[in-house]
Amino acid sequence: MDKSEKTKKSSVDRRDFLKLAATGAAALVASAKSAEAEEEVVAARPDTGAPKASEAEVLTTDRPGSDFMVDVMKSLGFEYVFSNPGSSFRSLQESIVNYGKNKDPEFITCCHEESSVAMGHGYFKVEGRPVAVFAHGTVGLQHAAMGIYNAFCDRVPVYVILGNTFDATKRRPGAEWSHSVQDAASMVRDYTKWDDMPISLAHFSESAVRAYKIAMTPPMEPVVIVADSDLQESPIEGNEPRLTKLTLTRPPQGDSGAVAEAAKMLVAAENPVLIADRLGRTAIGMKYLAELAEALQAPVIDGGGRMNFPSHHPLNQTERRGALLSNADVILGLELGDYWGEIHTMRDQLHRSTRNNYKQGVKLITIAATELYSKSNYQDFQRFQEVDLAIGADGEATLPSLIEEVKRLTTADRKRAFEDRGKKLAAARGPAHDRMLEEARYAWDSSPISHARLAAEVWAQIKNKDWALVSGGGGWAKRLWNFDKYYQYIGGPGGGGVGYGSPAAVGAALAHRKHGRFVVNIQNDGDIMYAPGVLWTAAHHRIPMLTVMNNNRAYHQEIMHLQRMASFHNRDITTAHIGTTIEDPNIDYAKLAQSMGWYAEGPITDPAALGPALQRAIASVERGQPALLDTVTQPR
Amino acid sequence: MNRLLQERFHGFDFVLVVAMVGLILAYAVQRAQAQGAAPKAAAAPAGNADNGKKLYKSYGCYQCHGYAGQGGAGARIAPKPIPFQAFVSYIRAPKGQMPPYTAKVLKESELADIHAFLQSLPEPPKAKDIPLLNNE
Repeated sequence: MDKSEKTKKSSVDRRDFLKLAATGAAALVASAKSAEAEEEVVAARPDTGAPKASEAEVLTTDRPGSDFMVDVMKSLGFEYVFSNPGSSFRSLQESIVNYGKNKDPEFITCCHEESSVAMGHGYFKVEGRPVAVFAHGTVGLQHAAMGIYNAFCDRVPVYVILGNTFDATKRRPGAEWSHSVQDAASMVRDYTKWDDMPISLAHFSESAVRAYKIAMTPPMEPVVIVADSDLQESPIEGNEPRLTKLTLTRPPQGDSGAVAEAAKMLVAAENPVLIADRLGRTAIGMKYLAELAEALQAPVIDGGGRMNFPSHHPLNQTERRGALLSNADVILGLELGDYWGEIHTMRDQLHRSTRNNYKQGVKLITIAATELYSKSNYQDFQRFQEVDLAIGADGEATLPSLIEEVKRLTTADRKRAFEDRGKKLAAARGPAHDRMLEEARYAWDSSPISHARLAAEVWAQIKNKDWALVSGGGGWAKRLWNFDKYYQYIGGPGGGGVGYGSPAAVGAALAHRKHGRFVVNIQNDGDIMYAPGVLWTAAHHRIPMLTVMNNNRAYHQEIMHLQRMASFHNRDITTAHIGTTIEDPNIDYAKLAQSMGWYAEGPITDPAALGPALQRAIASVERGQPALLDTVTQPR
Repeated sequence: MNRLLQERFHGFDFVLVVAMVGLILAYAVQRAQAQGAAPKAAAAPAGNADNGKKLYKSYGCYQCHGYAGQGGAGARIAPKPIPFQAFVSYIRAPKGQMPPYTAKVLKESELADIHAFLQSLPEPPKAKDIPLLNNE
């Protein structure tokens, strides 16, 4: 959006000029004598390159280049464009809403480009296909950058189209210059997978398709296409280019020899452990992991990057991870974002130290698409972990062959051993589950509300609905609720960038809408304040969802860091609230949400009030209006 | 032990040995105190639970351990906190992720008050008696 005074002034001047031009033209027709006199005046003026009155100026076109760009976008199947409007892609936006009839894709109005990208991030993790995001190549991309980084770290393809005016002679004075850049994608090239700046419509078609294909090949990542404004706005000359055909690359499967070797190790193991993080790329990934775990009767630790494994499955032993890892003889990591971190603990004291969570001699196997592709500047790849077998492949695509090999190698003796193991694991799960419930009871009736109480109250209201949790982390919800469908959980931000949560939730809720699912978002207070305008987007576009605040009135992680530093420095430990708390005044999230068209109540500090408040909020969501409860919670 | 020493050492020698043992013990206690560890033999000082509640908040203990000591980022420490001496020892020299709090920033008398506050917190209902926790 143009904000400069110069741009406003030039728009006003242009309107005045057009009015004057119309008046002048009428006067010329009315008076022949005046016309002769005018011609003499015109003939006497220096040649400025502007069209002369006697030449017909072409002022319209029935087929701008941006119409063809929309044809390309439709061929790629984009359902939505998430965007804050901007002049550098004004033609593309107009082509979306008029030529494209604002359908497939539909233009979704966002109040901040970071929200646009994060909405796309959340949307993809439900729907499995990307949306397009439009932004200015300079100021818009700068806003969008953190969202793109989060998506990159989380291996999610967001498809970013940037507006830019490359030809300097075509730029209007003022904002169009500060919105122009030689190499728009350079700013985010370290955390996008591919980018291009097409200079013709045929080039655009090919590059747009190539970008989509690359984005959707595991490891999936964001991509950038620059849509030059002149290319958008100029009429299509001559024959129209053809649309390029998209053929997605099949995800890479593990090498057959390596898969056989992995199967042999797993079948021979007495205490194998499976750890899955971003394995569940589609619903079938969850099914395959269950099949593998059941074939081996091996425990699964769910790393929580995606919906990998049913939470109440007898082999889901995430609560017992410490005991399992320390006893494991083979560990299989499936699409782990941080293998080292999964099997080590680092003490965050003045002098950091590390402890192994595994025993000596354990065999480590990794199957991950990130073995095939990595960038180096941003260190999201985590610490290097030595392994015994590394398979560079998509985990989900490799599981069928691994399962087949495991079953082939399983003899009758091994099958009996597996059954014994399964019984022991099921027996151990019960007490671990009971311990978890015992833990949940503490601070049950406290104010502020405990997280366990909040999660249990929400669960009681939604458990019989076709529900989906769209917030990251999971916490007590992940421990108490029964997650058994792929779409019920989507993982977290990836890059740890705060501000992902609320827009990702709205994007995910939009994806769930057509399936009629009841969407729940447990929303951190600090996160929503980065770009609260996304609440308006949800209300404006009629995206029903229930948001329950985790309002602990602080950037809580940072409070703990400050406390730690004061302790290390052996001085005042009462000041950790400075620069980390969000109070005095307390933000009224209910009023904030109401101002943007939501049903909202709060602040709620009494846990006994939760049940009735949830029922009222749920009724609003089921009528189609998003609802927010400002629930004041314990720190963690 | 006195009788054994008396049998082994006579007269002045006995007195000298007892004095040396006493000095060694005193030195050990002094070293332990300097490192922040409470002397093992000392009884838990009486603490003020009301003041302990204020200190628990102002020192930010609740940020990791929750307002009711239920845990969160840190371990559950209430109700029924560990014995006072172990409580102090751990706070002075934690073995896990908790940062250390020396006597300079958190006096033993304040720890006694905080410990008294944690002891005062009531036991919550049992999980089996909470319908929402038996609601799968």
